[in-house]
Amino acid sequence: MTRVHDMGGRYGDGKINPDLGKEDVFKAKWHARALAVTLASGSLKKWNLDMSRHARECLPPKEYATFSYYEKWISALANLLVEKGVINSDKFLDPSVNDHPLSNRKLKAADVSEVLGKGAPTSRKIERAPRFIVGQNVKTRRAENSFISGGHTRLPRYAEKSEGIIEICHGAHVFPDTHAHNLGEQPEHLYTVSFLSSELWQNPENPGDTVCVDIWESYLEPFDD
Amino acid sequence: MPHDIENHSHSLLPSEPELKVKAIESALVNQGLIDPAALDEIIDTYQNKIGPKNGASVIAKAWIDQDFKDELMSNTMAVLEKYGFYGRQGEHIRVVENTPAVHNIVVCTLCSCYPWPLLGIPPTWYKSDEYRSRVVREPRKCLSEFGVKLPENTNIRVWDSTAEIRYLVLPMLPDAFKGFSEQELVGIVSRDAMIGTGLIGPAK
Repeated sequence: MTRVHDMGGRYGDGKINPDLGKEDVFKAKWHARALAVTLASGSLKKWNLDMSRHARECLPPKEYATFSYYEKWISALANLLVEKGVINSDKFLDPSVNDHPLSNRKLKAADVSEVLGKGAPTSRKIERAPRFIVGQNVKTRRAENSFISGGHTRLPRYAEKSEGIIEICHGAHVFPDTHAHNLGEQPEHLYTVSFLSSELWQNPENPGDTVCVDIWESYLEPFDD
Repeated sequence: MPHDIENHSHSLLPSEPELKVKAIESALVNQGLIDPAALDEIIDTYQNKIGPKNGASVIAKAWIDQDFKDELMSNTMAVLEKYGFYGRQGEHIRVVENTPAVHNIVVCTLCSCYPWPLLGIPPTWYKSDEYRSRVVREPRKCLSEFGVKLPENTNIRVWDSTAEIRYLVLPMLPDAFKGFSEQELVGIVSRDAMIGTGLIGPAK
């Protein structure tokens, strides 16, 4: 089983409200603050993107379902700051001023544009050749982290144990299932795999439609070799 | 097999999100870990500098310049870097082209992955449970909620951004706009058309 965030294909959610796309970029001032505090904290280098995604996914289902978007971000951020030893939980509401050992990593205003502009590419060169080629039939394994029970994974449950076709080979990328858990980057070949909707859903809306999912090599079993 | 740590430290903070973020910011400022001026700079970047205009300028150019389009489709990152449309959440971008046979739609069912350097911060509906849960299973019904109806014989491809590859849809340019200048075309490219939940409207 995966977690509450893995909602692709779920029934019961209502209509989409496209008017929500006409709002300002940040609907409330605190939304902007939440995004900025989260991004700036990343510069402390105590966690990576996969760890911060996992922190949001680990919010209990009842919170995940009721929290607004940025509420999930800041709650997960608070959890990360404590879990990674940046801040003791009793310091959150302590107004005293200290010089933290990590303060030399503080993101300076003058460096923001460079840091955001540089990004963090996840492509890596590896020796191993890709196991699959474009056009090959493949099948996904179960959508669970193989190393950590309940750990981070990027194979959505709706696409587990499903047959698809390799559409694109992206080269090797950092493997989130290990990277989220201090087990290293362990880069693997990444593919886009297309699945016919009739393979994914019992009652497909249109059997000729497809869903393309980006899938790491170890999420796949060979299908017809 | 090791289990994941369960950790709920955030519940020690005020539950009102506005106060919660304030408490975190104050604590980090007090410890010398964040600089409020850097936060202002980040906010200014995504509020005023980076947004769908970036993506629209790429699309408009691709419509009028076939060589540019070929380069954009085959060597995407080199083209985008040249225009400065590179950075956080846009390190590995692919452009997917709509044709009469195929219509592309982008989603992130697992979180909210989105090509920031080209489109800015995603709109609220893109991050909603409604969109994330449904668009992979019933894309046509979802499109109808955006007022979009496709011909039956147009197949839909939904791209679920589960890795660090970010997708930008190259919409079809209706005949009515042929002959428009690049500048005029930039103005008709909507953000939703570049996600795949919109089409390019008829010429007025």
